[in-house]
Amino acid sequence: MTADTHPIASSVGSATPGIGAGTGPEPGRPDRADLPVTGLAVCTKGLTKRFRSGQVAVNAIDLAVPVGSVFGFLGPNGSGKTTTIRMLLGLIRPSAGWSELLGHRMPDGAAAALPAVGSLVEGPAFHPYLSGQANLHRLDAADRTVDPRTSRQRIDEALDRVGLLAAAGKRYRFYSLGMRQRLALAACLLRPRALLILDEPTNGLDPQGTREVRSLISELAATGATVLLSTHLLSEVEQICTHVGVMHAGTLVAQGPLHELRSGIAPRVSVSSGDPGAAAAVLREQGLSDVVVRSDRADAVLGAADPEQLVVALVRAGVGVRGFAVEEADLEDVFVSLTGEGFDVSG
Amino acid sequence: MSTPGPAAVFRRRPGMPSTRFLRSELLLIFGRRRNWAGMLVLAAVPILIAVAVRFWAAPSNGESGGGGPDFASQISNNGLFVALTALTLELPLFLPLAVAAISSDSVAGEANLGTLRYLLAVPVNRTRLLAVKYLAIVIFAIAATLLVAVVGIVLGLAFFGGGNMTLLSGTQVSFGTGLWRLMLVCGYISFALAALGAIGLFVSTLTEQPIGGTVAILILCIASEIMDAVPQLSAIQPYLFTHYWLAFGDLLRDPIAGQQVLKGLLVAAIYGAVFWTAAWARFAGKDVSS
Repeated sequence: MTADTHPIASSVGSATPGIGAGTGPEPGRPDRADLPVTGLAVCTKGLTKRFRSGQVAVNAIDLAVPVGSVFGFLGPNGSGKTTTIRMLLGLIRPSAGWSELLGHRMPDGAAAALPAVGSLVEGPAFHPYLSGQANLHRLDAADRTVDPRTSRQRIDEALDRVGLLAAAGKRYRFYSLGMRQRLALAACLLRPRALLILDEPTNGLDPQGTREVRSLISELAATGATVLLSTHLLSEVEQICTHVGVMHAGTLVAQGPLHELRSGIAPRVSVSSGDPGAAAAVLREQGLSDVVVRSDRADAVLGAADPEQLVVALVRAGVGVRGFAVEEADLEDVFVSLTGEGFDVSG
Repeated sequence: MSTPGPAAVFRRRPGMPSTRFLRSELLLIFGRRRNWAGMLVLAAVPILIAVAVRFWAAPSNGESGGGGPDFASQISNNGLFVALTALTLELPLFLPLAVAAISSDSVAGEANLGTLRYLLAVPVNRTRLLAVKYLAIVIFAIAATLLVAVVGIVLGLAFFGGGNMTLLSGTQVSFGTGLWRLMLVCGYISFALAALGAIGLFVSTLTEQPIGGTVAILILCIASEIMDAVPQLSAIQPYLFTHYWLAFGDLLRDPIAGQQVLKGLLVAAIYGAVFWTAAWARFAGKDVSS
């Protein structure tokens, strides 16, 4: 362990005032002291939660979230995602197995790990009789690792980042859902974080808000923070996630970089044509499998065939081609293939 | 990067205690309109007493209500007795109700709102959370008692004047000594209410419904008072937490008859310690799913 990654050594070093720190804190960049040695921001081994009713909500999962990744945590309703997140944050004690957050074993290492972790779990929750700013001030006052003198400035910066500065003085009970969601995100930004655990952060946001949050997540990932994003929106996952973990009925059925997951389902080639039957025949001739004929097009699994040669073959055969596309595996298809077609919740 | 990270700029010097969290808790208690309404009700009782005694004649067979020491007949002699009468009247129900509401709100209220999970994720150590919340409850208990006393003193002096005070034992003491004795009474009552606050804190860790907690604490209080009034239960009565509550009258004797008062302080201290520990034991390992 080098000095600047060892948590104790670097906090001793930081007792002196920051050199070149200027007038206030720099937004965004997490402290290197908060980064773990293993390269995994979140690491679990055999993490299990069995409730008193006998239900096994989380069944021996081995989560591995690499530092600096945007990890999409997917799963149908009731698959155990929120329970897992609560165990990571030390809110719930696991029945078996262990979890490490930023290199610290949880829940014992909570005091060391959690200051560098921002979280949004199961929706925003604040005191309705306090204003947005007062609510953030309360969370800041409870934090022992921050400097009270910069409190006001950091709160204002966080509110500004999420676009809530104008409504900061309003009581929380008068906030709309989108504003509440933004306030919860502002709470995650009160100090630089090395890890963000976000449970459906774009829930209830208008399109501008959604776009802002996604760009915020990308910005934070660019500064080196890790983001664990629990979401149902597969389009969101495709846009910003680098890694994916899929839960189903308490088990982690798939985990890894997004492109690896996609390669599980082969890309298909789609030919739009006035005569889809003839197009299908050519595709079969070329050795493509799983040829499907629809009303205006034919598609098949690309396999090892060269798409350009397919076009040449189609033209030579005299088939009129309106459009030709190679479609990557749809993430929705991957997801459904991993978690089943059923509509009922897992339990 | 050769310069220390930005977090170094605002990582506090370790070992320096901060009252920020406590101040935040006090803001939650004293900044809420509902609680101010409750405190107004507490203050209304001494106002009522002062006005009633001043402007209406008492019936010839004036009996004192409740089992407390009789201060009402002394009011017209010295205004300080307005405060004492008010405290005697409010101690069986109003003051415990106020403390029950605040202490039930402490953990159950946060669980109900959902803010408990975010508070724990800051992170706030669970023991520290309970300690700070309990301290806030104790401060409230002291404030509520002083509110009743001060309103009583102000109105009592305004309507009936001050001067020498006749104690329960018959002797006369100076105004200053009388005021000091009244402050001792406030201290004793606050201590007793602090013990109730610990019971309230424990009940608060058992539920996510603050109102249910308030009712439960109040039921415990009243049940204890009822058992205290049944002669057949005299064997357990010295162990009930409300048993010594009205013993503060002994502080107004010359010399101070300390026996009952000391027993009261001991019982309160034991109840407080036991129930705070119970709250800690319950809360430290609890799964927070709210």
